[in-house]
Amino acid sequence: MTGNEEQSCFHCGLPVPKNSSYSVTIDGKEQAMCCPGCQAVANAIVDGGLTSFYQHRTETSPTARAAVPEVLDQLTLYDKPELQKTFVSTDEKNVKQAALILEGIVCAACVWLNERHISALPGVIEFRVNYSTHRARVRWDESQIKLSDILQAISAIGYLAHPFDAGRQEAVYKKERSNALKRLAIAGLGAVQVMMLAVALYAGDYSGMDAGLENFMRWVSLFIATPVVFYSARSFFSSAWRDLKAHQLGMDVPVSLAIGMAYAASCWATVTRSGEVYFDSVTMFTFFLLAGRFLEMGARQKAGQAAEELVKLLPAMATRITAEGDETVAVTELAIGDKVRIKPGDSIPADGIIVEGRSSIDESLLTGESHPLAKTIEENVIGGTVNIESPLVVEVKKVGEDTVLASIQRLLDRAQTEKPSIAKTADRVAAYFVGFLLVLVSAVYFWWWQHEPDQAFWIALSLLVVTCPCALSLATPAAMTAATGSLTRLGVLTTRGHALETLAKVTHIVFDKTGTLTKGRLALESMNVFTDIKKQQSINIAAALELGSEHPVAKVFLQQASTPNEMIAEKIEAISGLGVTGIINGIQYRLGCASYVEAIDNISTNLKDNPQHTTEIYLADEKNILAVFFLSDELREEAVETIQSLKVLGKEVWLVSGDNEAAVSYVAGQVGISNSRHSMKPQDKLDVIQELQSNGEIVAMVGDGVNDAPVLATAQVSVAMGSGTQLAQASADMVLLSEHLPHLVDAMKMAKRSVNIVHQNLAWALGYNLLALPLASMGYVAPWMAAIGMSASSLVVVLNALRLNKSVDV
Amino acid sequence: MEILYILIPLGLLVLGVAIWGFIWAVRTGQFDDMEGPAYRILMDDDDIRIPTRHPENTPKQQDSKK
Repeated sequence: MTGNEEQSCFHCGLPVPKNSSYSVTIDGKEQAMCCPGCQAVANAIVDGGLTSFYQHRTETSPTARAAVPEVLDQLTLYDKPELQKTFVSTDEKNVKQAALILEGIVCAACVWLNERHISALPGVIEFRVNYSTHRARVRWDESQIKLSDILQAISAIGYLAHPFDAGRQEAVYKKERSNALKRLAIAGLGAVQVMMLAVALYAGDYSGMDAGLENFMRWVSLFIATPVVFYSARSFFSSAWRDLKAHQLGMDVPVSLAIGMAYAASCWATVTRSGEVYFDSVTMFTFFLLAGRFLEMGARQKAGQAAEELVKLLPAMATRITAEGDETVAVTELAIGDKVRIKPGDSIPADGIIVEGRSSIDESLLTGESHPLAKTIEENVIGGTVNIESPLVVEVKKVGEDTVLASIQRLLDRAQTEKPSIAKTADRVAAYFVGFLLVLVSAVYFWWWQHEPDQAFWIALSLLVVTCPCALSLATPAAMTAATGSLTRLGVLTTRGHALETLAKVTHIVFDKTGTLTKGRLALESMNVFTDIKKQQSINIAAALELGSEHPVAKVFLQQASTPNEMIAEKIEAISGLGVTGIINGIQYRLGCASYVEAIDNISTNLKDNPQHTTEIYLADEKNILAVFFLSDELREEAVETIQSLKVLGKEVWLVSGDNEAAVSYVAGQVGISNSRHSMKPQDKLDVIQELQSNGEIVAMVGDGVNDAPVLATAQVSVAMGSGTQLAQASADMVLLSEHLPHLVDAMKMAKRSVNIVHQNLAWALGYNLLALPLASMGYVAPWMAAIGMSASSLVVVLNALRLNKSVDV
Repeated sequence: MEILYILIPLGLLVLGVAIWGFIWAVRTGQFDDMEGPAYRILMDDDDIRIPTRHPENTPKQQDSKK
């Protein structure tokens, strides 16, 4: 089984390292595994009798991390009552309930696996995973099982669960959603019924109908339309009232006016047995408008949940140093001035300043910088970042709402409430239009009242109905919602309203290098050995020295080393930012950058034939340099194709990076970008973009790090990578969740199409109104024609927008 | 056409039932997850009852190649 070349791990799909011998018997067949983590997970799945997971899954699972005992120990802290206070609710005696965020869910089979595995635990009463939100709700009997056991069981099958406080946002969302659904349902069902009766009434108008029956049908329509107007359409009335109180003419003003007047007039007509009824139009509008708002709300909530997920970056517990010794407290209990101890591998609980120790900090979650930063006393650390090397004592400076993480969340929240500028224009136009319309309707009514008093009311009403700016108000949101929806399905999340619109007009696309065009992950490109040592052997030595380190360089060696690695290093000592030393079989080895190895050993590391775009790591024993490793950042496979397609679309592509010249020009050459700038600080990047902008160009920036965040905010439209930093994602208008660069091209095409459709819609709506207005004022439009015209124009707009829902590649 | 005087109120009754049903569905969380249940029905515990699935000749999983 292990002799085959190019074997991939049955569980996670990564290549199985040579000489490894992990395997699991699944459904009677031996399957190779890449690492002990995957093996343990697969074993747990087999033991649980859940192997049909492998049949049903549509994506390979994420690589399982070998369970570290300390991490499992930490989970037991979740059993502490003071911590549970924030996220656990007690239903009845011993029965508790908590909400979890699940990491690692890639397909529906994962949901099944989790539900089956956890529900089977004794004491678990209910375990439900929501596939759309990747959240789970668990109810358990405290007397039989502990929360930490449940969390451990989840990690045993290769997923990670974080408890979170669901009450905050989830409850609000759920209420908003179910209210919207109820309104929508009542409007929809009502509209169907009323329209059915309306067809009969129109037919009756044409070929004659029994007066009693007609009257009966009108009353029934009135009966059905009443809840639609007073319940479903209430939100329009209340927001119109809000607008009026603020002395504005928003889109909801004409909408409510049209709904209200048409309803009132129809009621009048029903009671007095005269004129025409418009219950069908009233209910249909309400339904269409509500449907549009419901879809909009869905997109907004999805983005909001992404923001909520940020919370889990903060550890739930912290170790506080008090006079009586260390105590474990919930992060929410930390106060400014508290001193907390942070073990290597732990997240920092709050923003603060280091008062003891020195270590390197992985800020990649916030900055995207793949190299950890060395930090020492008096330096600031940010909550949510990870301490890597040695223990630290940090004095807390900011907690809760004041932390960097919280400010990012606020940024996201604000970003989500923005409206596309084209929609704003439509609203402004509509406001003038409404004002103009109201004046006109009054004038027309007055004129007809003097000439033909009988007709005056009906003509004024026809005018109001026929010119209802519903189509105008639907034009942009319908198209944008449809486009946003189909992009989200591709894995491109649009977080800001204007993004699509601007993306369609972009002339220049500026890429960041690390993490955007490349994977942002180091890989061993080549190596040289200088003595008779074997290549694999030197990798094994390096891996032994780096064992247990979180440094990205360490991961390269640990991946490449043969398993099991017979080299075992003792007395490992890491010098932050320079290298690591340790003793293997009595020989002291050093691994690190040139200056580190040279300084101690007095050996020259001067080399000629090194590839210039790489990072060099040297391995030396007490006397000689044994090997040099060239590490480089791997290019994304689809990068070349994407740049080509963007060029075909007529966009100019730039590469702007903080990296050195050699690395940047190497990547630029690989993907075929001729305009590249290197060694750019964030300020320089900003200057480049502003210079382009001052020439009237519209710039899209694609990046991932926090150093990109200001640039992302400056560019007219910005795209952050899904694996990028939260700060970058917060400043970006769109997030490429799929990490698949060609989707950027799809998004561009989609943006172009949706802007076209918005223009078509606006042209249609305005054209229709301009045509109908004079006709209706002159009394040529019968009320029933007005109703059909108005409905048809809205319908055309919606159907036109729905064309965007089709596959993006068309 | 007199039958309409009965049929239309009957229709209203059905409408009422439909609305009640919908509100019930919203209340009990039937709309909370719009994607998961579609898959959930495909994955069940009836493996033993499917005759083709013997441990020996399990068809090779296509996703292991990915």
